[in-house]
Amino acid sequence: MDQTFVRQYAFYFDASACTGCKACQAACKDRHDLPADILWRRVYEVAGGTWKKEGSVWIPAVFAYHLSMACHHCQKPICGESCPTRAIYKRDDGIVMIETLACIGCRYCEWACPYGAIQFDPSSRVVTKCHFCYDALAFGEPPACVAACPMRALDFGDMAELGKKYAGTREVFPLPEAALTEPALIVKPHRDAARATKETAEVANWEEI
Amino acid sequence: MSDNGLIKKKLEAAPMKRRSFLGWSSFFGGSALTSSGWAKALRLGPRAAAGPSAQEAGPEIKMVRTGCPSHNCGGRCLLKVYVREGKIVRIEGDDRPADGVEAPQLRPCVRGRAYRRRQYHPDRLLFPMKRTGRRGEGRFVRISWDEALDKVASEMKRIKDAYGNAAFYVPYGTGSYNQTNGRQTAQRLMNLFGGSLGFYNSYSWAAISCATPYVYGTNITGNQRQDWLNSKYILMWSWNPAEMRDGTNSEYFLKKAKEKGARLVCIDPRMTLSAVGLADEWIPIRPGTDAAMMSAMAHVMIAEKLYDASFVRTHCLGFDETQMPPGAEGAESYRDYILGLRDGVPKTPEWAEPVCGVPKATIARIAREYATTKPAVLYQGYGMQRRAFGEQAVRAGCVLAAITGNVGIPGGWAGGIALQAPDGGPAWIVFPTGPNPVQAQIPSFLWTEAVLRGKDMGPADGVVGAERLGTNIKMIYAVACNALINQHANINRTAKILADESLVECLVVQDNFLTPTGRFADILLPACTQFETWGVADGWKYGDEVILMPQVVDPPGETKSDYRIAAEIALKLGLHDAYTEGRDERGWVAWSIEYFRRQRFPDIPALDEFEKSNIGVYALPVTKPAVAFAAFRDDPAKNPLPTPSGKVEIFSKRLHELNKPDVVPAVPKYIREWESPFGPEAKRYPLQVIGHHYLATVHSTMDNVDWLREAWPQRVFINPVDAGARGISNGDPVRIFNDRGATVVRCRVTKRIMPGVIALPQGAWWSPDEKGVDRAGSVNVLTSERWTPLAFGNAQHTIMAQAEKA
Repeated sequence: MDQTFVRQYAFYFDASACTGCKACQAACKDRHDLPADILWRRVYEVAGGTWKKEGSVWIPAVFAYHLSMACHHCQKPICGESCPTRAIYKRDDGIVMIETLACIGCRYCEWACPYGAIQFDPSSRVVTKCHFCYDALAFGEPPACVAACPMRALDFGDMAELGKKYAGTREVFPLPEAALTEPALIVKPHRDAARATKETAEVANWEEI
Repeated sequence: MSDNGLIKKKLEAAPMKRRSFLGWSSFFGGSALTSSGWAKALRLGPRAAAGPSAQEAGPEIKMVRTGCPSHNCGGRCLLKVYVREGKIVRIEGDDRPADGVEAPQLRPCVRGRAYRRRQYHPDRLLFPMKRTGRRGEGRFVRISWDEALDKVASEMKRIKDAYGNAAFYVPYGTGSYNQTNGRQTAQRLMNLFGGSLGFYNSYSWAAISCATPYVYGTNITGNQRQDWLNSKYILMWSWNPAEMRDGTNSEYFLKKAKEKGARLVCIDPRMTLSAVGLADEWIPIRPGTDAAMMSAMAHVMIAEKLYDASFVRTHCLGFDETQMPPGAEGAESYRDYILGLRDGVPKTPEWAEPVCGVPKATIARIAREYATTKPAVLYQGYGMQRRAFGEQAVRAGCVLAAITGNVGIPGGWAGGIALQAPDGGPAWIVFPTGPNPVQAQIPSFLWTEAVLRGKDMGPADGVVGAERLGTNIKMIYAVACNALINQHANINRTAKILADESLVECLVVQDNFLTPTGRFADILLPACTQFETWGVADGWKYGDEVILMPQVVDPPGETKSDYRIAAEIALKLGLHDAYTEGRDERGWVAWSIEYFRRQRFPDIPALDEFEKSNIGVYALPVTKPAVAFAAFRDDPAKNPLPTPSGKVEIFSKRLHELNKPDVVPAVPKYIREWESPFGPEAKRYPLQVIGHHYLATVHSTMDNVDWLREAWPQRVFINPVDAGARGISNGDPVRIFNDRGATVVRCRVTKRIMPGVIALPQGAWWSPDEKGVDRAGSVNVLTSERWTPLAFGNAQHTIMAQAEKA
């Protein structure tokens, strides 16, 4: 991709093809040498629905899907707005960066981010997060997570170009309303995503994220 | 929708242990990036700033393409491994530019991506050790290689003199699985030393590899996977390639099939990752009742005349009374059984509903969909055959494929074990073990029997090659094998057997870590990992590629390759030259590549060129996928199957003549399992337990990898209905127990499993407390050593147990 024209890097995620295998998560951890408990990319398991008994048989009306989520490099990065030292800033290509030297470890950004993208590193007392593998982009390589996906369910590119390439949405349970931060994200929803908003659904794997 | 749930939860999460970063700082000293504005801004530049890319990998960083270490995971994938100063600092996946379906990239799964955390785990075994305490206590002292090898060699001589070669055993184990690493290196040594008791069967697919040929005469029943793109309907029966892989890219091919319009239906007690990410529909079924649902589907097809009568007439045997083989004319045909003409029980969906826990309307609908949406695949996973009567579900599925006419056509699927057409696919291990002078073989699952009473074991216990074994197993040399304790059934029983030093007199265990099996060793030999020596592998069941595995880094401590260790024992026994034939590990890799060239890959580059190119993989693109039984389909008279009749044997005269109709019927039947929700045992132990494959481990390998346990913690999965009835809440520690043992593990209350069934993923390392209660969630404290009636295979998913809040 010719980076000259990139106004806003964005991730595309195909929830309809994601098996939730977490190869993306591990690829990210390997590339950035993240210890256990710091997840720049995380996979949420959403599950819902009911079981009911008819005669001797339990009938499922159960659904589930996965969302592989990193930092969405929002167009309105609320994390940055909440930072008292202005340590979080946006590059010309849309990537949201943390100026680690300026971070005082107050974790307000972590509180503000509605996506759980900010990950506090207790060993260095600063916050960390996905930076879109910007260094790889500079060499024309994809982010580690995108290259890793065995289902080829992740893609990346300029937000406007991705929007032309893929139909999708940013309104998927349990993500917050996109208007809040304008995430640079396009999701192709799983077939059961609509059920998650109509029926009872929850994130089912909190301990893993 | 506007709930900020994600972040709230993260902050509320209980504090967990955290580790410091691994220290990329030294990695980046002087790299080009430090001069960039971004990196300057970063106090801890390395973490946020980056890692090496291929282009920046200067003289200090070497990138090697190699195979992901082979552990019998179900795939064979390609890695790009970055090495700096003798250490692997990053692992990337296959990035070959072409990624079409003919020869797609071999992208590794989460386990391959997390491999550095195994490679550099602080618990690696680094030195030979010998036991100091009682056997199984786990107390060892470091010894020299010379002492260790002397001890092994002298024990081998002593056992040979006292009991003969049939007292040696090199058990089934797949913890290291390429040409120069793994149990075959020890088998070659034993064979040169006069042989050892052999085995057949695996713990993966004993029943299916035995039962499939009774229908088709061969195990080569699978089309090349690209052919799934020609299918309109894919029934994934007990098949979960997203979690166990079953061939690198299988899940990707299924996605492609779906994009082309195929409907995918998943039948499984669990709503697996495959059911969520691949299938259009999930149908939960009670474990062990697959043959009942298949029979009911056949009933619908017969009653509604949906089966392919023409194919049945010309290509099959034993469907009805008009096509019974000579000598069995009066026997019960398949149609007789399905319609209940002999036993008075028609196998209708109404009959199957309470057995399977699947609504009769659903059974009938799936029968109609599968019979009328052509071509269709009914893919049989292996979980359903590691069960009491696993052979029945295998044959029942094959018969459905046959009577719907899906055999031998593009987009169809014959079922069964499905080794890949036309030639059976990958060769697995080609390293030559040489002839074993001991002819006798046992079924691999019966090794504890051979320890206890091998002397008198014969064909009734599945022994082949001898009328009697004549001796018990007295010495075990276990290489890359945690299947003695952890992966074998009924751990508490096995542990007692192994702890008795009068039974197995010498136990040598060779591995990367001190596994639960290793704890019982007399001598522990430290093996290096597959990154630390040379190797080569072809696909796993599927695949049309050879992956080179050059040595990437040096072995740590005093570790050596499995091959090197065996060669050095051979030296002590005066067999070194015969063992090595003058080759080192790399020499055998070169030898193996020449083997692959003769076998399936005529144009594969020779080793020097292969290595120099750093391409890592040599792949044959599949442009026209082979279809199993295509010639038979075209002309069954000219191209008969290798069955006795030359036809698809719905009725097997061979099985008929076994005269065990209650456990090995001549036509596939549903047989109630010896432990089931329908027996008296269900009063005390009402829950069925399945030990499914889980992405945290490859069997028991990688159980100790923190990145994987962070992603996939060991949990027992239980439905809210069963949890609620027991006062169990999500996250509670739960005690699961039956007469064989007990384990305590935290639970995940999930709707993604059917009521009455709990799932405890296999592979967690057995960790008994002082009372013998396992604390790791190791499923094999609950499993039974009882074997299946035809294959003598493991039935480790047939378990009843109870669960309570611990």
